[in-house]
Order: sequence, then C-alpha cells, then structure tokens
Amino acid sequence: MAEPLTRTPKGWDRLSPPSKVAITLHVNDVPRTLTIASWTTLLDALRNDLGLTGTKKGCDHGQCGACTVLVDGRRVNSCLVLAIMMNDARVTTVEGLAKDGALHPVQQAFIDHDAFQCGYCTPGQIMSAVALISEGRARNADEIRELMSGNICRCGAYPRIVAAIQQAMAAMESKP
Amino acid sequence: MTYIGTATSRVDGHAKVTGTATYAAEAKTTGLVHGSVVTSSIAKGRIVRIDVSDALRVDRVIDVLTHANRPPMADADSGYKDEVAPDGSPFRPLYDDRILFSGQPIALVVAEDPETAQFAASLVRVEYAEEPHVTEMYRRWDDAPALKAVAKPGENPFSPPKPRGNAKAALAAAAVRHQGDYYVPVEYHNPMELYGSTVTYESDGTLTVFDKTQGVQNVQCYLCGVFALAPERVQVLSPFTGGAFGSGLRPQYQVVLAALAALALKRSVRVVLTRQQMYGLGYRPAMIQRIELGAKGDGTLEAMTHDAITMTSQYEHFYRQETGWSGLLYQCPNATYAHRVAPLDLPTPCDMRAPSAATGVYALECAMDELAVALGLDPLELRQRCYSDRDQNTNRPYSSKNLHECYRQGAEAFGWEKRSPEPRSMRDGSELVGWGMATGVWEALQVPIAVRIALTANGHAEVSCATSDIGTGTYTIMAQVAADMLGVPLDQVTIRLGDSTLPQSPVEGGSWIAASVANGIATTSDAIRDELLGLAKQMPNSPLSDIAPGEVVLVDGKLMSARDPARAVSIADTMRHGGIDRIELEKTTRFPKDETHSHNTHSAIFAEVKVDEELGVIRVTRVVSTVAAGRILNTKTASSQILGGVVWGIGMALHEETLLDHTFGRVMNANIAEYHVPVNADIHDIDVIFVDEPDDSINRLGIKGLGEIGIVGVAAAVANAVYHATGKRVRDLPITLDKLLA
Repeated sequence: MAEPLTRTPKGWDRLSPPSKVAITLHVNDVPRTLTIASWTTLLDALRNDLGLTGTKKGCDHGQCGACTVLVDGRRVNSCLVLAIMMNDARVTTVEGLAKDGALHPVQQAFIDHDAFQCGYCTPGQIMSAVALISEGRARNADEIRELMSGNICRCGAYPRIVAAIQQAMAAMESKP
Repeated sequence: MTYIGTATSRVDGHAKVTGTATYAAEAKTTGLVHGSVVTSSIAKGRIVRIDVSDALRVDRVIDVLTHANRPPMADADSGYKDEVAPDGSPFRPLYDDRILFSGQPIALVVAEDPETAQFAASLVRVEYAEEPHVTEMYRRWDDAPALKAVAKPGENPFSPPKPRGNAKAALAAAAVRHQGDYYVPVEYHNPMELYGSTVTYESDGTLTVFDKTQGVQNVQCYLCGVFALAPERVQVLSPFTGGAFGSGLRPQYQVVLAALAALALKRSVRVVLTRQQMYGLGYRPAMIQRIELGAKGDGTLEAMTHDAITMTSQYEHFYRQETGWSGLLYQCPNATYAHRVAPLDLPTPCDMRAPSAATGVYALECAMDELAVALGLDPLELRQRCYSDRDQNTNRPYSSKNLHECYRQGAEAFGWEKRSPEPRSMRDGSELVGWGMATGVWEALQVPIAVRIALTANGHAEVSCATSDIGTGTYTIMAQVAADMLGVPLDQVTIRLGDSTLPQSPVEGGSWIAASVANGIATTSDAIRDELLGLAKQMPNSPLSDIAPGEVVLVDGKLMSARDPARAVSIADTMRHGGIDRIELEKTTRFPKDETHSHNTHSAIFAEVKVDEELGVIRVTRVVSTVAAGRILNTKTASSQILGGVVWGIGMALHEETLLDHTFGRVMNANIAEYHVPVNADIHDIDVIFVDEPDDSINRLGIKGLGEIGIVGVAAAVANAVYHATGKRVRDLPITLDKLLA
C-alpha cells in the first residue's frame, strides 16, 4: 500500500464537520429557527436551509453583490457573514419586498425601465437600491452610480438601474 | 400589429424582480447531495496518485469520484461531440489521468451538504508527473500553423477570405499608408450566475437535469453520448439562465460531473462551480493582429492586409472568422488575409459575445482611425468614402444595409460636427476630452427551428420551443409575435422554453434565435389559421367561404379578411362549430439559403471620453450607438441588449484582462475583484438609436437579430476617443492608466 499523501495526524479516524447551533432569524418578518453549522454563511442558510433562493450566489467572496440582503435595515453581502452571527437579526430578502401582492416601488421600477436582462443580479440590485433610498445619501445620478457600484450587472443594465432607482425614489418621496 | 415593434415590458419580469425565477442550482428536489470539484494545479502532465483517504474520513462525505473509480463513459470522441464542438478531441471530464490545462477537474467530492463537500475537497491530495507547458501566445509566434483561405464564398465561414487583387503592389503604390499591431487579451464571460447543475435521479433511473446552458437539447444529446443513455432517459431543463454570453453554448463540465455522480451513487446531485473554477472554462482567445492599409490621397482604400494570431487548446482547433470582417466592410480592391492559430496548454476557447468581430473589428476600426489621421481626414468622412453597398468578400449586395443612416443619425445625436480634429484640442476643466467613432458589423443568421402552438377556444395560446432565454428577452418576443399572429392579448399567451422535450431548437447564440423563432411562430400560426379557415368555410353562410388562406388574418379573437374586416367569424365559434376546443400543431421552419445576398447588421458608435491628464484616469462619459438591424421586435428589450453590448465594449477597452502566470500556466486573477468588469460608476450616458431598415428578402418578418452587434466597434470608438483626447495611441487592450502615462 502506497504511503498516503495525507497531512492529518495519525489516529484521527473521522473528521467531523463543526457542531450545529440553534439560531433564530426573523426573515421577512417571520421567525425561523435553524440548527446550523458554524461555517454556514447567511447566504447558504437562506438558499439551502430556508429555500429562499431569491438571494443569489455570484462569487461567494463579497465581490459581486448578488447576495445583498438587508440585516436590520442595512444592506450586507450575505456571503460574507456567518449565519450564527445573525441570531435574532431581522433579515429582509427579495421575497419579502412585495406586500399583499403589490410590488415594492423599486421592483416595479425595475420592470418599467427594463433594469435587468438575465435577472441573476437583480434581487441583489433591488435590495441594494431599497437600502440606498432609505440611506438618503444619493441625491443625483452620479451618487446613485457610485453607491450602487457594489452590485455588478454583467448584462450591463446600469443606466436602466439608475433610471429605475430615480423613478422609485420619486415615487417613495411622494408617498412616504 | 399590436405588440411587435413596441416597448413591451418583459413577460418574465415579475418572476425576476420577486426572486421566483428558478436558476439551475435552485431547482427543488428531494434527497439532494452536493458535489465539490477538485481541480488540477498543474497545466500539463499526468496524475500519478490521488489520495482521497482524508476526504473520505470526513463525516457526511459520501464518496470521492476520480478517473480511477468513475462509472463507464464513452471511449470515443464522438461521444463527447456537442452541436457546436470545433474539430479535435473534446475534453473528457474525469476520463483518465491526463492533465490538459490548469484548473481541469480531477475529482468530485460528494457530501450530504455543500460546506462539507467543499471542506473535504480541500483534503484531496494529488501527486503529478509534470510535463513542460506553453501558455504564452508569443512563444508560438513562429510555429503557429496558418489556416487555409477559402477557395469559394461560403465554403467555410471561419476561414480567412479569399485574397483579391495584389495587395502588396497596391500598398507599395499607395499615397498614404498605415500599419499597426493590435492586441486583445484573453477575456472571460463571467456571467453572474455560477455554472451549476442539479441532477435528479428519478426512481426509474432517468435523469432530470437542471443546467445552466444556452441549449437544453445540446446538453441532452451530449449527456446521452457521454454516458451511452437512451434519449428518453435524460431530460434537460433551463427555464432561466443567469447570463452566458457564449459560455453556455457547449455543455460545461459540471453537468458531466453531476450526472456522473448521480449515476454512480443513484442519488440526486448538485454541482456548482466556484467563480475561480469558472476560469477553467472557455474564454475569448487573445488575439494579435497586424493591419496595413493603403489609400489614395482622397481617402479611398486601395489595399488592406490583415494578419492575425489567435489561440486554441492542444486538443481542439478553435477559431472564428477573425479576419473576415475587415474583408467584408469597406470598398477595397486589393486585400490579403492570414490567420494563424497557436495551440497552448489551456482549455479550448469558446464563443464570447460577437466572437471574432469584437476583436477583429476593434483592430480594423482603430487602423481606420489612424489612417484618417494620416490622411488629415475626419474619421467619419473616411468611412463614408470607403462605404460599400456590396459585401467585399463575396461581391454580393446586402439584403439591406442602412449604415449610412446610422452614421447620419449617430453623428447628429452625438454632435459630431462640433468635433475639433486636433488631438488634445478639447478640454473640460482639468480633463482632456476626446471624441472617437467606429463602425460595427455582425451577420444576420437564422437556423431551422420547430414551434408548437396550442390555441384553445377560450382564446389562450401556449407556444413551445426548446430554445433558451439567456436574458435576451426570448420569452417576451415570442409572446409578442404569437399574440400578433394569433390575434390574442399578450396576457393570454404562455411561453414554454428551456426544456429538451419541447420542439427542436439549436443553441441560442450568434444572434440567430429572434429571427428564427419569430418566423417559426409565424409559420405555425399560419397552419393554425389554415385549419381554422377549413372549419370556418364549413359554417353555414360563412363570410369566408370563398377566401384564400393568405387573405385571412387572426385579429382580436377572430378570423378576418385582411381586406374587409366586416368579413369575419370568431375563433371560438369556429372551433365550437367544428366540434373541437383546441388546435395544436407543430411546424418546422427552414430558411432557404440565399446565395444572391449577404445578410448583416451594422452600427455606428460615437464615444466621448474624459481623461485626467495627470493621473491618466479615463471615463467614458457619453456613447451613442446607432444600429441598423432590420425589424426591431421590442424596442425596450432590444435597446437593453445594445446597451449591454456597449457596456461590454467599454469593459473591453478599459478594464478586462485575464492575467496568466506562464510559469504555472495558470490564471492569476481568477475572480471578479481582480478581473475587472465595468461597475455602475464606470458607465454614464448611453444612447441607443435603431434606424429603419426594412428587409423584405431576409425572412418573412424582416428580422435580423441583435445580441452581438452591440459590442462590435465599441472598444475601437473608445480607443479612438482616448487618442483624440490625449494624442497617445494605445493599441493593446485594455487601455489602463499605466499605458497611457508611459
């Protein structure tokens, strides 16, 4: 038998994945209790454990923004946070934006302006835009572009995304 | 027509903005296990030993599959040939111990959850017998074999065009000459969705495969070949594709690994690649080009030579018509072309948005700009003096070509006449301003396609075809065309696509699906109309009793005389009278080969850049893209496509570059933080204009398609604008500030 190429110490028969911890996430206003391994990201918890696949994985390294969700109202890359750190947090995903069947103004504006093509970055763009508007920092197109630059759209819908955000911003200001 | 030509919002828009559109790695299935891929760290050689013992000692790991323990796979190349495979021996994932490129999959670790699979994959140890590799195109400069030019038009669409006249003599005699070398690096598609496949192992042993692809039937056929499966044992689905841009034309290796594991373990398996692993897939080949132009003093072209080197793998011979575009576009009596292809120890390149045109036209259009400078002529004026109404390669007239109007409308919208010709002569505060332009060209292709329509008496239509919607808007244009052809409201049309069991469609690529599927819907709609008319004629006192089928249209739920709207019967009444409640028909549409015309789309791109003189930072502040592409089915989704192409062209000009470490034969920037693509802050005003271009001969609806044309010429327009702003000509892309300040 050939010498193994392994690096693990002799005598380790089994390697166990990290033990699981029970946490509660308030996802889209619904408390969800999960028993989850400590290495599971919030993104994977949403997609794999809760079946909320609206939140997308595009790089898993915080480089593309497709996984953007709101945690306690702030936008975060859910691939960069561990789910166990989010115990008791309020998490809003794209599935939680529409109320009683009516689209959120940002969602409607994205359709009106054709602010996407393949749709894969879209939930992240929309969540980022919702937070951007509530942050109140973007007052013009240049500031929107800058503050939306954490969300890559490879289809290149950027000018449409800016126009959609401007429409939604106006709509939300007139109806607070 | 009510819907064709309008700015209709996407019919799948609601699904995409609410997160309910389901992509390949999101398909719901039970008992799912997860595969994580181990890739080679060397570029060439053999696997001596793979030690999986540590990986197997991890709880929840089910198995590790390698070439040594995989289930049977085809042993002949024919088993791996897909619909768009180039010549050669296709790559066989996990087939044997041979390493053909760095990043090649060599093992799949399967576990109960993705995190465990990923962790265990990191414990797989591999011993290699390394062999010397070459990944640098310049090292193949002398020995890259040349492609043979075509002897007659249409013989091989990818071979260099037949030479004409005597370019050498004409160049020597030309009043003004320009020669330049242009370089485009390896580029990666980087669709936002990671490549992934979910394979459900059904209780009867059949496989239901959700895959990220541009062609479900291509993948279905390929999997049947690789694993010797009967066609009815594999169904491939792809209702939504998160971008592809050519990378999904050929089946990618994760679908083989997922199917292989499902067959080996008799379990349902999901395999998702990492972003880093996607740099082990196909790419846009790097291209070195030398263009030489000779002109008379008045700017008319006398001679052109275009030499190109592109790259391929050691196992497949991939190339496209890299030099053909310069042959076609401008009037020029003397021309020669040479194209050499360098085999390297890398994966086979693949088509990427406007393959060969994005790169070949970049070089041509920069060279034309340099010629204009040498002639002291406005760059737009030079293009107009070299304008050709005939395809110069084939000497055929175009079925339609309204490039003149693109130039006129584009220049007007941009304000081109206010351009001051001298470089460095325009400023905005501390920034240098540059205006550049370029021409774009692509071909208008169409492919045989089958469409099934079921029209019910209550006015609902279901339209089915195995094509894909990769974000291009296929769902929407299919619904628009069907609604108009069948005379039903848009919301009464259901589109089914992305399912290999649906009527036959080739892969979605080359901008050929819109024209093909739209005319396919028209054909099947005609058959439905004819059947309805047959029934209507049997109705008592039928107002349509003596009318020919070609004179009847379906409008507002009625069969109606096209000339006399008073002569009409309702579709519901017609079906009821005929004792049926639905008509379901499938028809194949083939497009006759037109040997008398060339079929192309064209564009004119005008770009403004602002360059910080001290820092060399370039911003593309304004682009006007004017496109002549036949009938536009949906002005909203069509302009989105062109806009996206312009963004790609800006990325090509200023950002995108794959950096290879030739010592290891490996991509160094295999992620989207270091492989730069444009972000929102990089993109400013982009104006898309479609000019009228009626085309009665190309196909019944006059459609040409426009996925590719949007990128062609954009990088040249930006590069030319950078020259105009700074007086510095950077010919190797991307134009980064170090090159500008050097």
